[in-house]
Amino acid sequence: MAAVLETNAPSPTGSAGLHRTDAYYRLRADIEEFLYSEAELLDERRFRDWLTLLTDDISYFMPIRRNVKFGQHGERENTRTGIGISWFDEDKWTLTKRVDQILTGVHFAEEPLSRVCHMVSNVQIKKVLPSLDDPREVEARCRFLIYQNRVEYETYTFVGKRTDVLRMTDDGWKIARREIILDQNVLLAKNLSVFF
Amino acid sequence: MSHSRFDDPDKLVDTDRGFVSREIFVDPDLYKEELEKVFTRAWLFIGHESLIPKPGDFYTTRMGEESVILCRDKQGIVHAFLNSCRHRGMKVCRYESGNTSLFTCPYHSWTYTTDGKLQGVPHFRTLYEGLDREANSLVSVAKLAIYKGTIWATWDKDAPDFITYLGDAKIHLDQALDCRDGRSGGSEVIGVHKWIFPANWKFAAENFLGDTYHNPSHRSVDLIGIGPSAAAGKKGRRDDELEKAQHVWISFPEGHGVHSAIQPEENEYIESFLDNPVLEQYFRHCFEERKRRLGEQARLLPFVGTIFPNTSYHGRQPRGLCAWHPHSPTSTEGWRFFLVDADAPQEAKDYLRRYYMRYSGPAGMTEQDDMENWLYATAASMGTVARRYPFNYQQSLGAWTKDHHLGGTVSLQITEEIARGYYARWKSYLRGAAWDELLGVGGNLPQRAAE
Ligand code: FES
Ligand SMILES: [Fe+2]
Repeated sequence: MAAVLETNAPSPTGSAGLHRTDAYYRLRADIEEFLYSEAELLDERRFRDWLTLLTDDISYFMPIRRNVKFGQHGERENTRTGIGISWFDEDKWTLTKRVDQILTGVHFAEEPLSRVCHMVSNVQIKKVLPSLDDPREVEARCRFLIYQNRVEYETYTFVGKRTDVLRMTDDGWKIARREIILDQNVLLAKNLSVFF
Repeated sequence: MSHSRFDDPDKLVDTDRGFVSREIFVDPDLYKEELEKVFTRAWLFIGHESLIPKPGDFYTTRMGEESVILCRDKQGIVHAFLNSCRHRGMKVCRYESGNTSLFTCPYHSWTYTTDGKLQGVPHFRTLYEGLDREANSLVSVAKLAIYKGTIWATWDKDAPDFITYLGDAKIHLDQALDCRDGRSGGSEVIGVHKWIFPANWKFAAENFLGDTYHNPSHRSVDLIGIGPSAAAGKKGRRDDELEKAQHVWISFPEGHGVHSAIQPEENEYIESFLDNPVLEQYFRHCFEERKRRLGEQARLLPFVGTIFPNTSYHGRQPRGLCAWHPHSPTSTEGWRFFLVDADAPQEAKDYLRRYYMRYSGPAGMTEQDDMENWLYATAASMGTVARRYPFNYQQSLGAWTKDHHLGGTVSLQITEEIARGYYARWKSYLRGAAWDELLGVGGNLPQRAAE
């Protein structure tokens, strides 16, 4: 029996060290399902519905990324939330304003509306509170690829990583924190008028 | 412009009748001429002292299309060099900022000190007998000026000093650079946006030349309200601190243009920052303090402006300086340096940075709509037929006075007079005019001087 136990023994991966148990995979499937539904809402332009997926205390953050010397990446590559200027360092109020603005029908940077496709992949659960068996708050990491086509010929591709903190509420999972790491230095797009 | 198929600049820019050819916004030959004749002569904004406070600090910036290293040397003196090795041209610095004692070229390892001097050359004795190190220093700008923290440079050794170049636009730029309570200077950069947008650089420069007329394109953000009093129920994208003021649009003979405002004699504080009681108090205090300090002069309030050719400022909310770096006839790299008073309370700094982010740049709810306009205005002007039809610049033609204490050509109504002055001056640069003409010496109207 010792051999069987050994094969079934959960193996820690990465620094987060969550064991790959059935509970892990069930939770991951649940989180993936949530992230896909979220992407669906955005791609279907159901922006008001999307807002309901955000907790009232959401932090939505996209740093500016800088070219720094080897060894300084941890310290200096990305701008920080709460300090100075980033691409986004927002709360629910501003995100709601962004939705309101699109829905005026005269926000010309999104009028006519862009065609946007959100791809989400590489989902991994990094932290669970209080436990895998009773997940109330989850830190999930993923990759995103967002394709935007505007009017006729304008296309932009945004690729990067995301770290989301999802919180279980009476209405299911909600996004409490989103850190968006866009893999660009000088922004190669005229606007960031899509949601990430 | 003998090398160009546009041999007569007057056909491109006719400020008397109010027409500007679309060619100047799309044509590759004219673009090249601009790089050679405007960007190698005019004073360009390249950075801010707060980005390089200590000896050895550097910040990689741009002039025209080219990368430039802004560096404070070991003695504390600020320099700006072309970021290109004298051997085979490799970029000697590919970090955005940092602190160093040497710039080491990645290609063959020539090294340069923080004052730009060539120091190390591998196998110097065996391979480079008699090499003139001095002559192989990094290429330095011809002149550099530090003005209230901002750093400016020109490649033209014959250029006038920076203050002369600013002319009467100085007191307007001052308002963007001075402390909110009226003390001189004292700003710091809290962050920089860099982004590429597919539009000619002059669309952006012109936007800040008091193009007040484009207000309708910001209708969406005005409807929803994102200003510092939005949560308190005020619509609009910013507090209207100028609501009782007389707006003035001024074209200066050097090509600069500003939109400022003069407060009525009582110069009363207009409520702002209502969403945060601490800020409301702070800005009220600053306003009264500024009034006390500057007296009558406190009646002048800044709004926006462009210092010829490609530096724009926003003097109130959201406060900052932009450099519109040309990339190609139809693409521009925008850099926005966000400013606050260095000694402002932390809470004010934090509030302002949040406001700046939601207003400005590619993620800004206001400026996204600007970028949309500039892109499609540029794109739709590329056509063979479209190019035959110049843009109309006839707004408020002739409605100006030169008899005003602020100097320049002053309009009291929304006007394209500033744009006309700007393009008249642009025309002088393209003709390779002498500095007297570029500065408008002799008091001529820009358009007359350019003829
Ligand atoms: S290119 Fe710099 S050392 Fe050769
Ligand atoms: Fe605008």
